[in-house]
Amino acid sequence: MKILVPVKRVLDANIAVRVKSDGTGVDLANQKMSMNPFDEIAVEEAIKLKEAGIASEIVAVSIGPAQAQDTLRSALAMGADSAVLVKTDAVVEPLAVAKILKAVVAQQSPDLVIMGKQAIDDDSNQTAQMLSALLGWPQATFASKVVIADGKATVTREVDGGLETLELDLPAVVSTDLRLNTPRYASLPNVMKAKKKPLEEIDAASLGVSLDATLKVVSTVKPADRKPGSMVGSVAELVEKLKTEARVI
Amino acid sequence: MTILVLAEHDNATLAVATAKAVAAARAMGGDIHVLVAGAGCGAVGEAAAKLDGVGKVLVADNDAYEHHLAETVSELIVHLAGGYSHIVAAATTTGKNTMPRVAALLDVMQVSDITAVVGPKTFERPVYAGAAIQTVEASAETVVVTVRASAFDAVGDGGSAPVEAVDFVAGAPKVRFVSRDAAVSAGPELANARIVVSGGRALGSEDKFNEMIKPLAEKLGAAIGASRAAVDAGYAPNDWQVGQTGKVVAPDLYIAVGISGAIQHLAGMKNSKVIVAIDKDPDAPIFAVADYGLVGDLFALVPELTEAL
Ligand SMILES: Cc1cc2nc3c(=O)[nH]c(=O)nc-3n(C[C@H](O)[C@H](O)[C@H](O)COP(=O)(O)OP(=O)(O)OC[C@H]3O[C@@H](n4cnc5c(N)ncnc54)[C@H](O)[C@@H]3O)c2cc1C
Ligand SMILES: Nc1ncnc2c1ncn2[C@@H]1O[C@H](COP(=O)(O)O)[C@@H](O)[C@H]1O
Repeated sequence: MKILVPVKRVLDANIAVRVKSDGTGVDLANQKMSMNPFDEIAVEEAIKLKEAGIASEIVAVSIGPAQAQDTLRSALAMGADSAVLVKTDAVVEPLAVAKILKAVVAQQSPDLVIMGKQAIDDDSNQTAQMLSALLGWPQATFASKVVIADGKATVTREVDGGLETLELDLPAVVSTDLRLNTPRYASLPNVMKAKKKPLEEIDAASLGVSLDATLKVVSTVKPADRKPGSMVGSVAELVEKLKTEARVI
Repeated sequence: MTILVLAEHDNATLAVATAKAVAAARAMGGDIHVLVAGAGCGAVGEAAAKLDGVGKVLVADNDAYEHHLAETVSELIVHLAGGYSHIVAAATTTGKNTMPRVAALLDVMQVSDITAVVGPKTFERPVYAGAAIQTVEASAETVVVTVRASAFDAVGDGGSAPVEAVDFVAGAPKVRFVSRDAAVSAGPELANARIVVSGGRALGSEDKFNEMIKPLAEKLGAAIGASRAAVDAGYAPNDWQVGQTGKVVAPDLYIAVGISGAIQHLAGMKNSKVIVAIDKDPDAPIFAVADYGLVGDLFALVPELTEAL
């Protein structure tokens, strides 16, 4: 079984976000960029399936600028077998990402796509569902457990109110939630080995997908700060303030 | 301009999130129809018909929609989409699961998780875990939107819209519902509670979480939430997670206990009206958003607080 894992290069989750004062966006210049955390979970899950003898090949794919090669090398260092960079300097919306991924699926013919539920920069939470719809493959989003057997995937999903389990015919699209696994760190020897693994580059324009934005971003601003609060010295003072000042209890 | 709002429900009861999504739709302007897709969901249709501002309720009552599978419900919505300028749903896990499919099948982008309506096709939405707010303008003929329910006040229920049946039945999907494990919680529902008490990693174990957080929540009639660290460690069920990638809440009172206040957690609660933080580290970032901060050992302070209420 072959697994395709889309990975996005995003601002590292531990870096404080700096919103440009002119409203044009977030300052990414010279910032630490990393693989989207949910995509690390997706790569880990694919590797686990390979280690269990269920998957035979893992291909990582990223749509982005030349630097997204680093993100793909991270996936290769974790254990992916090969990588595809669909190169573009444009900001690509989830719908166009899904269309590009559909084209990559046509080239790679995977049996399963595992990807993040959400990119922590745009917080869109839509690409996996879109890809599933465009491919006509079943989807299981927000996965916290994936079992593959007899040509089917049984996936437990984190939903409002608890957990839900679905059974999907393969090929299918799965998106990862936080509890699916804990991604491994790549060892130094594996980082070295990853440099020799195949990384193919495709020009995004060659896939015939329009990269033009359809949502116009009018402005990006910092949210209003909360008004400063105060420290209280005791439980009694807290209860008193909640009753008479805040009047919430 | 007519807007279709997908109802959130469990086949028996209409969820409050629907009344909030309808509030967002009202701000966009135009007639509002509500779609109830489910099985044996007649009562939900009647409840939806009472929502203020709703002009018509469509009920698709069929086994195909019983478990709200994204595949079948999106097919139904796309079938109905022709007459609508907007298709709207609350950004619940069901809405998030279903609506991007609708958008892709209509070849439009989804505007995810909006927190404000600026104009009929212009919306505010948080990005980067709420560290930035984007204003985006859609240009497509059909605008697909999910609504952050906590950012809108529910409409009232003084209406009486007509209810119409929809016969369209979606094709058999390549996915089957197996089971559902409902997390049981005695108190009010997290998403709509007036007061939320949340516990973090500092609780140290499921037993301590229950021993500290539950009595305080009970005393206040509050719902219980948790940080990711507490959920990952198994102290609390997954659907209690508050944050960027969990639930977003905006209660009148939010009490954070032993939660440091990582940006991903703040994303889910910083629009609460009053925030109380209890943490032993005076420099914990949670205090930067707290209206009232109390520094000290939670294992002493929480029982004392429960007692004092
Ligand atoms: C992609 C991604 C998504 C995420 N999504 C979410 C999300 O949705 N929600 C979320 O919450 N997090 C999320 N996180 C995790 C987030 O970054 C933090 O790791 C997490 O919120 C920390 O949880 P915590 O505050 O309970 O633990 P910690 O950060 O460890 O804080 C524990 C606090 O308890 C205090 N403490 C310890 N002992 C005591 C005591 N006896 N009495 C009083 N105080 C004490 C400490 O001083 C500290 O401030 C996400 C992270 C990533 C990368
Ligand atoms: N540019 C990209 N390259 C590769 N994968 C992507 C890209 N954008 C989004 N994805 C995938 O889609 C998931 C959801 O992203 P989003 O819908 O933007 O929140 C991510 O976790 C990735 O797996």
